[in-house]
Amino acid sequence: MSGIPHDHYEPKSNAEKWLHRRLPIVSLMYDTLMIPTPKNLNWMWIWGIVLTVCLVMQIITGIILVMHYTPHVDMAFASVEHIMRNVNGGWAIRYIHQNGASLFFIAVYLHIFRGLYYGSYKAPREVTWIIGMLIYLMMMGTAFMGYVLPWGQMSFWGATVITGLFGAIPFVGDAIQTWLLGGPAVDNATLNRFLSLHYLLPFVILGLVVLHIWAFHTTGNNNPTGVEVRRTSKKDADADTLPFWPYFVIKDLFALAVIMAAFFAIVGFMPNFLGHPDNYIEANPLVTPAFIVPEWYFLPFYAILRAFDTEVWLVIAVDFLTAGIVDAKFFGVLAMFGAIIVMALAPWLDTSSVRSGRYRPMFKWWFWIFIVNFFVLMWAGAMPAEGIYPYIALIGSAYWFAYFLLILPLLGVIEKPQAQPATIEEDFNAHYGKSEGQGGAAASTPAE
Amino acid sequence: MLRKLIIGSATAATLALSSGAALAAGGAGYVENYAFAHEGPFGRFDQTQLQRGLQVYTQVCAACHGLRYVPLRTLSDEGGPGLSEEEVRAYIEQNYIEVYDADLQDWRAATPNDHFPQSSMENAPDLSLMTKARAGFSGPYGLALNPLFKGMGGSEYVASLLTHYTGSEKEEFGAILYGNETYGGGYLAMAPPLWDGAVEYGDGTEATVEQMALDVASFLTWTAEPKLMARKQMGFTAVLMLSLLAVLLYLSNKRLWAPVKARAKGYPAE
Repeated sequence: MSGIPHDHYEPKSNAEKWLHRRLPIVSLMYDTLMIPTPKNLNWMWIWGIVLTVCLVMQIITGIILVMHYTPHVDMAFASVEHIMRNVNGGWAIRYIHQNGASLFFIAVYLHIFRGLYYGSYKAPREVTWIIGMLIYLMMMGTAFMGYVLPWGQMSFWGATVITGLFGAIPFVGDAIQTWLLGGPAVDNATLNRFLSLHYLLPFVILGLVVLHIWAFHTTGNNNPTGVEVRRTSKKDADADTLPFWPYFVIKDLFALAVIMAAFFAIVGFMPNFLGHPDNYIEANPLVTPAFIVPEWYFLPFYAILRAFDTEVWLVIAVDFLTAGIVDAKFFGVLAMFGAIIVMALAPWLDTSSVRSGRYRPMFKWWFWIFIVNFFVLMWAGAMPAEGIYPYIALIGSAYWFAYFLLILPLLGVIEKPQAQPATIEEDFNAHYGKSEGQGGAAASTPAE
Repeated sequence: MLRKLIIGSATAATLALSSGAALAAGGAGYVENYAFAHEGPFGRFDQTQLQRGLQVYTQVCAACHGLRYVPLRTLSDEGGPGLSEEEVRAYIEQNYIEVYDADLQDWRAATPNDHFPQSSMENAPDLSLMTKARAGFSGPYGLALNPLFKGMGGSEYVASLLTHYTGSEKEEFGAILYGNETYGGGYLAMAPPLWDGAVEYGDGTEATVEQMALDVASFLTWTAEPKLMARKQMGFTAVLMLSLLAVLLYLSNKRLWAPVKARAKGYPAE
């Protein structure tokens, strides 16, 4: 795999040879675990492992929760309380699952930002990027449906608002919404199908994760310099890389232990900090909560959804030009999904020939504004849609689209990139070899 | 539909915001930051306080409110009020707790395996999860820093609500509403339920309004989170063990990479 010259598995014993001729599974595992990995990877390359652990953790805790959960509108809320009170360790399993979703999204956002900064999406890794975006979409669907299952007030009303988005599709929206809900409103049929899909999608994600890993094992990892591993000879490749085991496994496990310690501090000491108090009130279709907010990981996109209201001239113009087919509501929905689509298209929108942001002086600025903007949007999504907040959300949304549709294409043309190291080995040696010198390693300081 | 919901929720949110709450449910008004024994990473319930709180709940709150998710037997669970099994049976008997039995199609005396009764008044909310369903602290400016440092504030909300009646009253649609600084709307339908000496504590504690409010808020924190102490214990153990593991892995990693980094130092300068 990966086209990088390296040692391959050689079956030694007769039993190994016997199995290898019939099913080369040991060989596959060996090549996967021993993949030559750029030795200059920094600490932003740990999130993949964290995400894999999250997925496994969510699946295991989820399978246990389903054993005690009752998907019925009259019993779902009480069955969650049953888990919290009567099931041995049920409270721990449930709090881990609930906060595990947040850890999952923290990790996925950092993983995506890492890819955006170091140009991991660029050729030849477009397919890895696209599969990653599909995983991210599936994660959002899974998390959304999972949040409905406890059948609290925010579950119910969040489901009502979000499935209402499909009702905004012109002509067929109402029919699609009814079909999705299994009836005219969020009810028992909705709860049942959400549980079914919430159980199914993680296994689809698992399959996509295998493809994601397969894809980047084919191209090889990106690295902080964006310079490719030399494939000219095994000696050159060895100078640029180290085998994944043990060098990166131990490094990743260390990072994982630190992250898990923080995670269990949240689970143990403040498990409801990231949740919403209203979800401890049983769903009541007759009482609308004062303030419907989605979970924190949806807030940036919720802000984009709400930003394009009827007062934005672009929305008014589109409404007029399409004779009302694309009204403000549908425009908002298109903007929300469009925000993810433009991100998925980054490999083709970024025209720069330099992969890593480390050597792109102008790009750095725009990238960090993008990150700040992400948090501003998150904050705007949590605030009520009135006063100054819709304007902030609108500016933030505009920047999101401008970053992918204008800034990335233009920067590649006007920016003058800095010199890149010739090889990964050179970068690594410059960093560690001169670090005791007089600051000669400035160009290769890992940028976080 | 969506627009209506968003407009509706935005309008409601504005009302909630006018009292300074953002990103919080319930839009609480003024909430006093009372100190509770169960707060903080090492917080533990004060067992005698839980017992006093149970008494306040039983003699005052239970007239209207219920605890539908709380099994009576859990009163003798570890980390709770710590009644013995005989005391739980005596509690049920003395308070004439009955449950409706669907099989008998009639009411019968409760057993320890039954739950506390439900609310007897339609507009009196169930209190099982009340301290988790209300956020005393939120913001500022939607940044969630207050709940990060002060806690979610559910216990404080309940205690504050009981101690911050203003004494004013108003009539609305034929019902009397009572002024309250903590309640989001400023007026609520529940008359001030506590007065000095409303209950007589067996342990000699003086039953002031504030004392009873703190006791019952503590008890309701237990009903909402009966495994709080086990949870904090687990959190502490997990953080300790994982930190230890992290140190070992850090040292392993350092040692593993040392020769690789040493080789890098020998590389000729450009």
